[in-house]
Amino acid sequence: MAARDNHGNTPPWGANFGVIGKPLRKVDGIAKATGAAIYTDDIQLPGMLHAKTLRSPHAHARVRSVDASAALALEGVHAVITGADMPIKYGVIPWTQDENALAVDRVRFIGDPVAAVAAVDEDTANAALKLIAVDYEVLHAFLDPFESLVRHEPAIHADRKEGNISKHVRLEFGEVDALAKSADVVLEDEYSFHGSTHAPIEPHCAVATFSADGLLTLWSATQITHYVHRALAQVLELPAQKIRVIQPCLGGAFGGKSDPFSLEFCVSKLAMVTGRPVKMLYTREEVFYAHRGRHPMFMKYRTAAQANGRITSVDAKILIDGGSYSSFGLVTTYYAGQLLTGPYDFPSYRFDSTRVFTNKPPCGPKRGHGSVQPRFAFEVQLDQLAERLKLDPIELRRVNFQGSQTRTVNGQRVTSNGFLECLDSVERASGWKKKRAKLPFGRGLGVAGSMYISGTNYPVYPNKMPQAGVQLKLDRSGVVTVFTGGNDIGQGSNSMCAYIVAEELGVPVEHVRVVAADTDLCPVDLGAYSSRVTFMVGNATIDACRKVRRQIVAAVAKKWAVDPGRVRLMPGVAIDLEDPAKALSTAEAFQLAEEEFDTLGATGSYNTPTLGGDYRGGSIGASPAYSFTAHVVEASVDTETGRIQVHDVWCAHDCGRALNPMLVAGQIEGSVYMGIAEALLEEHKVNRFGLHQGPSLLDYRLPTSVDTPELHALIVESLDPEGPYGAKEAGEGPLHSSIPALSNAIFDAVGIRMKHLPFTPGRVLELLREKDALEESKSAGAAARGQA
Amino acid sequence: MLRCPKFELATPTSVAAATRLLADAGPSAMILAGGTDVMPNLKHELFTPALVVSLARIPELNGIRRAEDGSLVIGAMTTIEAVAANSQVRERATVLAQAASLIAGPQLRTMGTLGGNVLLETRCQWYNQSYFWRQALGFCIKKDGTKCHVVEGGAKCVAAASNDSAPALMTLDAELHFESVEGRRSVRIEEFWLGDGVFNKKINAGEILVEITLPSTPSGHRSAYGKLRERGSIDFPLLGVAARLDLGKDERVERADLVITALAARPHRVQRAGEILRGTQVGSEDFVTRVGELARLAHKQCHPLENIPGDAPWRKAMVAVYARRTLLAAAAGTGPVHHL
Repeated sequence: MAARDNHGNTPPWGANFGVIGKPLRKVDGIAKATGAAIYTDDIQLPGMLHAKTLRSPHAHARVRSVDASAALALEGVHAVITGADMPIKYGVIPWTQDENALAVDRVRFIGDPVAAVAAVDEDTANAALKLIAVDYEVLHAFLDPFESLVRHEPAIHADRKEGNISKHVRLEFGEVDALAKSADVVLEDEYSFHGSTHAPIEPHCAVATFSADGLLTLWSATQITHYVHRALAQVLELPAQKIRVIQPCLGGAFGGKSDPFSLEFCVSKLAMVTGRPVKMLYTREEVFYAHRGRHPMFMKYRTAAQANGRITSVDAKILIDGGSYSSFGLVTTYYAGQLLTGPYDFPSYRFDSTRVFTNKPPCGPKRGHGSVQPRFAFEVQLDQLAERLKLDPIELRRVNFQGSQTRTVNGQRVTSNGFLECLDSVERASGWKKKRAKLPFGRGLGVAGSMYISGTNYPVYPNKMPQAGVQLKLDRSGVVTVFTGGNDIGQGSNSMCAYIVAEELGVPVEHVRVVAADTDLCPVDLGAYSSRVTFMVGNATIDACRKVRRQIVAAVAKKWAVDPGRVRLMPGVAIDLEDPAKALSTAEAFQLAEEEFDTLGATGSYNTPTLGGDYRGGSIGASPAYSFTAHVVEASVDTETGRIQVHDVWCAHDCGRALNPMLVAGQIEGSVYMGIAEALLEEHKVNRFGLHQGPSLLDYRLPTSVDTPELHALIVESLDPEGPYGAKEAGEGPLHSSIPALSNAIFDAVGIRMKHLPFTPGRVLELLREKDALEESKSAGAAARGQA
Repeated sequence: MLRCPKFELATPTSVAAATRLLADAGPSAMILAGGTDVMPNLKHELFTPALVVSLARIPELNGIRRAEDGSLVIGAMTTIEAVAANSQVRERATVLAQAASLIAGPQLRTMGTLGGNVLLETRCQWYNQSYFWRQALGFCIKKDGTKCHVVEGGAKCVAAASNDSAPALMTLDAELHFESVEGRRSVRIEEFWLGDGVFNKKINAGEILVEITLPSTPSGHRSAYGKLRERGSIDFPLLGVAARLDLGKDERVERADLVITALAARPHRVQRAGEILRGTQVGSEDFVTRVGELARLAHKQCHPLENIPGDAPWRKAMVAVYARRTLLAAAAGTGPVHHL
């Protein structure tokens, strides 16, 4: 790691923070609240056409032919494109590019795009879709991942060597079987996690123009501008210099806008063909087909431990239902194993995960990519272990704490680790000691812990360039403009940049303008995924600021003829520490610096240090810093209806340092909301016909405000040595352990183990009946023994 | 977003003008009340009317009043929110106020109307979907197809009555009043339903539902509504249970009624409810026992299907629970029975 990437936990000029750590509003908060913010669908251009997608009604079929002549003849239709117009495949991971913008010869799920129409308005485009004749040869559809595991014909992707296996990873560290054999207790069980989707409020939308001189501009609701830029160049066979990608204000993503999507290629191609601007906005139903949501997983875990609770061996076998395309699946398959090795220390670990293709909407990264499902299984198993060993579940977790500045069993470097503080915090806040196992039957508490990455040192395409870049431009008026490739998807990354610039350069936050996610204007950033933005873009911003700060301080010091150490940049003003009456406005200071050093500006960047285990895949899941989380959930069960009510969730999250505690709390609350939602209500269900069971916000049940428990966000600050002022991620980690904590709370409440998601009331009733039957037979047995 | 198919919109300002428009247009016309059910159905291309007649600008259809004979007269265009909040409805027809308070969510209740809810289209998970979705399915018996996907080989549509107001109004002996160019027609809501999910109402072409009247209830009238749904708001019922108890001297039951909906095409009146509870004293052990008996009977008589989203075996198990809880709530003067 370059020295420039390590900026310390406090400003080196030794002052307290002026901006960092304050609950400031987001820089775009007013614009969003008043409706002034411009989202992609707000863009209207002169002569703009509207595009629609024809989708496959078959889960698996060969496309024999597409006849668009009748559609093209319809008045108002400007163009129809098919797979033949864009035959080059793409995919976010360079080694598994298996998607076409429009089907070339095969459709792989109901909803797979086949053709796109551009017309004068949406109604005309929709009418044209009905005139396109597609000849399909229907093939056997794989809807069960267990079938895909053993049956490979017809292959969903004909060019894959391993049939319908998308990816298989098996890694082993330490003496897994030997340590299990010598352990005092061994637990083996099966768990499953269902599919869920992101359901951002804003559907995917893209607008493209193609100028007479051959410049393609795409506005898209994406969370990774840079990868879209690369993918467009590849598929459209345009030089990257002729493409500009811009992400306007975005209405939520949660991982669901990380891949390049069909509509981005379609509007671009249609703009090129027609010479007119073209827009496409997905319907809510189409968002469900675009999917890339949480992978369903079927998991077996075997955990071995000593009588004192120390874990000695963990063995996992996981089947992952990937849906129809690879997407990030290679990474998912690794993450399913690689991210389990904290916050607990165990000397041996094996995981064997297999991702298979099925003819369903493609899965991908959803908040807590790849690791929410295994974390659920493992943390429930830890609760079972505590039960077996008669240990307090929090104590069991304390006993196994891995510590800070350590290395995990799979070779990952752990720096700061505030997990114990997280446990203490939820234990205290929830009244754990007074309540757990002591509440009346029907109500209980459960705990779980987890860890997550703050970005990864694995860029999806291998390169040695910085992972984050930032550029600053200082104006004589005192305004600073910061250009960042980072994608603000509502998490507040633009605000984070503004806070850092304000802190470093002594300007009021409202004098900082953030220009983000525009490939023509902003240095490359790899985008908003893997919880990387605050850590990486934050460090890059500090890096850039320090360069111009030195110039400003030097120029002011020279003017005053004092030592630069005496110059302090406060919000809006530069002062002499030893003579505070001597003061200059920020604008005056900038002007002095510009006189001295010419036009002011700087770039800054961040790259991860070399990280990861020394084995194939060892860098996947290797992060410069991990966040840690503990949850306690208090829930009750109506034993007559089986309905679970979650009363309170306490979530303590170690985010290193809260650059803005209000935004961190927001991320924690949003994460917990999302976790409890998928545990109890949400289900991305594909029925026996391969159709999504309810692709609407009526049937896909997101909790409303009245369904949401009391959320208690507890911030733990471990001050990471490498994070910007010590910060780590806060956007994904706080989701993970909410789900197993709920399962564990249900066990405390009524004595049943919820090992399969979602926790529906029907399933609760079934388990309660099983438990009653078991207890009856036990007491009958005891009575019989008593008589004998 | 989904586009709404094109149609002509008429906004008459009197019932007479509206019925004339409907008579002239014939079967290609459709009535629009609050639009909370019709609009999504239009976007799903479940209906493709040439003319839509909005009743929104007809003042005479709005409002709640007490008639000389003591009955309550509710204009069909009265919003569900207004019904839920009306003090006379709350007092004299508690079950209706409670049912209305649980229909959809707050925003939809201020748009949706009581008349619209009474005439709500039956619902099914194989039907309430977009045109693309239904086409991929190969359609269904209710619309454009020949197969039922709920009951394999089923020849009859089992789409579910999903209007919370219907069972409540049935226990209240409500009467529905229609106007058409032919004049006025009144029908007891009990006799209004058909057992066919394709179309479950006995309504004639060109008729507009103008009023719903509720005969006056005796002073010992108690009633409650129970609604099973996954979320605490928005969702249609997975079960709707309306309970009525008229108490006489010493709080003894003189009349009892229990109607359950969200099963099949029409709400189901549980047989023998009155017989089982009549004469028992509310609060007595005997009453609780008999309520349990009636709940078990309801469970036996009701057969939730996989027609609406939700776990059918669980819904079946909940019939007994919700029947009992709703009857007890009616007896205690509490309710609604809802998980939140």
